[in-house]
Amino acid sequence: MTPIVRRHGATLAGFAAVAVALFAVAPSVLSTFRLSLLGQFVCFAMVAVGIGLAWGRGGMLTLGQGVYFGLGAYVMAMHMKLDDAGPGGVPDFMQLYGNGEVPLWWEPFRSPVITLVAVAAIPAAVAFVLGWAIFRRGVRGAYFAILSQALAAAFAILLIGQQATTGGTNGLNGFRSFFGYDLFDPVNKRMLFFIASGALLLMLLAAWQLYRSRYGELLVAVRDQEQRVRFLGYDPALVKTVAYVIAAVMAGIGGALFVPIAGIVSPDDVGVVPSIGFLIGVAIGGRATLFGPALGALIVAWAETSLSESFPSMWTYFQGVLFVVVVAFLPRGFASVSALWRRRPTPATEPAPQRQEATV
Amino acid sequence: MDALFAQLFAGLSLGSVLLLAALGLALTFGQMGVINMAHGEFMMAGAYTAFVVQSVVGDAGLSLFVSLPAGFLVGGALGVLLEATLLRRMYHRPLDTLLVTWGVALILQQLARDIFGAPNVEVRAPGWLSGNVDLGLLQVSSARLFIIVLSVAAVVGLGVLLKTSPLGRRIRGTVQSRDLAETVGVSTRATDRMTFFIGSGLAGVAGVALTLLGSTGPTLGTNYIVDAFLVVVAGGIGQIKGCVIAAFGLGTLQAAFEYSTTASLAKVAVLVVVVVFLQARPQGIFSVKTRSLV
Amino acid sequence: MSMTADYLELSDVRVEFDGFRAVDGVSLTVLQGDLRFLIGPNGAGKTTLVDAITGLARAAGSIRFGRTELLGRKAHRIARLGVGRTFQTASVFEDLSVLQNLDIAAGAERGPVTMLRARGRTPERIDETLETVGLTAHRDLKAGTLSHGQKQWLEIGMLLVRDARVLLLDEPVAGMSGEERTRTGELLRRVGADRTVVVVEHDMDFMRSFADSVTVLHAGSVLSEGSVAEVQSDPRVQEVYLGTAPTDAANDSDEAVA
Repeated sequence: MTPIVRRHGATLAGFAAVAVALFAVAPSVLSTFRLSLLGQFVCFAMVAVGIGLAWGRGGMLTLGQGVYFGLGAYVMAMHMKLDDAGPGGVPDFMQLYGNGEVPLWWEPFRSPVITLVAVAAIPAAVAFVLGWAIFRRGVRGAYFAILSQALAAAFAILLIGQQATTGGTNGLNGFRSFFGYDLFDPVNKRMLFFIASGALLLMLLAAWQLYRSRYGELLVAVRDQEQRVRFLGYDPALVKTVAYVIAAVMAGIGGALFVPIAGIVSPDDVGVVPSIGFLIGVAIGGRATLFGPALGALIVAWAETSLSESFPSMWTYFQGVLFVVVVAFLPRGFASVSALWRRRPTPATEPAPQRQEATV
Repeated sequence: MDALFAQLFAGLSLGSVLLLAALGLALTFGQMGVINMAHGEFMMAGAYTAFVVQSVVGDAGLSLFVSLPAGFLVGGALGVLLEATLLRRMYHRPLDTLLVTWGVALILQQLARDIFGAPNVEVRAPGWLSGNVDLGLLQVSSARLFIIVLSVAAVVGLGVLLKTSPLGRRIRGTVQSRDLAETVGVSTRATDRMTFFIGSGLAGVAGVALTLLGSTGPTLGTNYIVDAFLVVVAGGIGQIKGCVIAAFGLGTLQAAFEYSTTASLAKVAVLVVVVVFLQARPQGIFSVKTRSLV
Repeated sequence: MSMTADYLELSDVRVEFDGFRAVDGVSLTVLQGDLRFLIGPNGAGKTTLVDAITGLARAAGSIRFGRTELLGRKAHRIARLGVGRTFQTASVFEDLSVLQNLDIAAGAERGPVTMLRARGRTPERIDETLETVGLTAHRDLKAGTLSHGQKQWLEIGMLLVRDARVLLLDEPVAGMSGEERTRTGELLRRVGADRTVVVVEHDMDFMRSFADSVTVLHAGSVLSEGSVAEVQSDPRVQEVYLGTAPTDAANDSDEAVA
């Protein structure tokens, strides 16, 4: 066996399992409708991979990932709206609510290239400004959580308030095509699922490389002993900002792929409630593990859909109880359950819960 | 001129609501580092308490004065229950308390929905609070004026309690140094519980007050919790005066931004102001000096 | 680093917290190879002085390392100039292995490409440091599982591995057994020969055994300075240690850097 297989056998097997499940099993057993639904969950899982990096490894409790998800989603939705309207055309809802003109800041998104760049660049830029401003001044970890949440609240309110240019509470919907491909064609729907699955797999690989790298070790060090890292000559603000920006980009890409699959994005997808909602899957899967956050997000999204289809009010109770039980009693998520079973020492990168006070 | 006074009053009014919502939060966050996301739902519980009291008592004026202490007790009881069952296990994990209390908030919201129904309910304001008062320079809503007075009373009451009572001394001591307080014989457990009772009770009072401004629904608290936390962040920890200045400051700013732009842009502007402000004072307006590195 | 001898020179350093002068006009010079101990009662300002040198506490006056003024620089910049410190409570990265701890300490100058890759073979410098501090056998253990003394050695190793020229050690032998103290003292002697070392310590036996020179702080100022014998025979020192009660515990600045 080559050294990489010997040292990372379990991880590589994990990647293989994810790939087989997404590319072989799911398409053969699920209807096109169910597959699209799973595609939406896969987009949530991308957000979760980023949260695992920022929160699990970096100790930053990001309560505003919905913002980055939303930025990516709205950028993509704007492009698709403009694309549907044709060259120089005006999206339908603007004729309804606005003055029938395309606002200037929409224009760049007619270009597919600019759109694809912006899907990652805009979330990255916003995350950089907020992250750098907060981490540079050593603001408490709890303050960061609150400010990121305030950002989510403000973003959702902003979207709702600008109905003529953002679609308001309705959001943007009614798309017909995605870069020229007909969205009503089942073949294209399946293709979108494969694109999303491929993106998730790439993000997991990126996360794996980050966790193995020296940067990944440094990030854990910053999480646990920020001052110590400073006195070794590093700037912890930079270390944290990098992880936060990467997490934002992952959320942005997730949002951008969510739009063509779900056919809609609205303020309901980006505000305070969905932003915190992203965290529960990560907590369940094990915030500092590689596959846990994505897996947890998939399971929670699936549970939400099936539970709220049959008992709408049950889901809210269930989600509430999950938050309480998992965070209070199983801070490592599934990983702590399996560790109990196997009674093996925990890996060197699991968070020690008692050390989070370092940031408060 | 009139417009200026009207703006100023709008700011004061918004600030007093923020203050009522944030005062209890500042207390629990300052003393225990607990980020209680269910604080908003304690407000909601206070508001529904007013609804229940009114349906029993009938008379709007009498029910308001019964509701204020009743809301305090309901909020406080919920707070103590939360502290005793969950939070006391988690003092060393402040960020995790945020998620746990969020879970509690979800449960409380759904409970309210199942008990009182999803549509909002109305609490009648007493006659003497439903009109306007002429202050000479301008006509102001008497309900809003009442809430300003109530928030000032809450601040003064809390201040007197902290400054003069033995409990207050214990609370202040624990804020400054939990370890030291324990070594000189303060039962920090009992103090924590009382702090949580008072802080959550204030949320209940805030909820009762909010019924004077609008209808009551299961998500009443969610609308205020984020702003209330911003006040705590800007005000700094451990001192009431920071909270007061931040509440009225942000209230006035919000009102001013709303006047010059739109309500939705004003939210963003206030957030930007807070982040920029933290560049200058990362600890907020005031903070108790402790010798921890962070 | 330069071929000439390094030195650390403080002149008229003052640190104020809310009107209270924790450090009030301290001047002192520590030369390379001179194992300097900094002693004084609780609240004398020892840790605050270390905080000032390393950029953690805002100070006035002048703190120079060789020709470089340290005051006014950010903590991580001062660290990169070769000034390293340890903390009273051993602050190693408990969830990382000994090797990972040292690797992080060694790498503040690494570029982004190196940072984003996994570590290949162990750098030589790390192997040497493991040998120096006696932790070779423990290199793959989580630092959290080490004994208290071993953690302190790891912290010193984290300064050595990045070749810090100034070592500021805050109570390095607190909580150590007798044998561990001796080993620590010998380690400091060895690594201090070509470095500038300041040890903040309460343990008088340890000081007597290993100090080359001693500075006594009291109420934020230098009370006495000289060899161990000179300082011990100084009547002012005897009065501070034996005659009067320690200074105001409320201002105690030595306990809580955690």
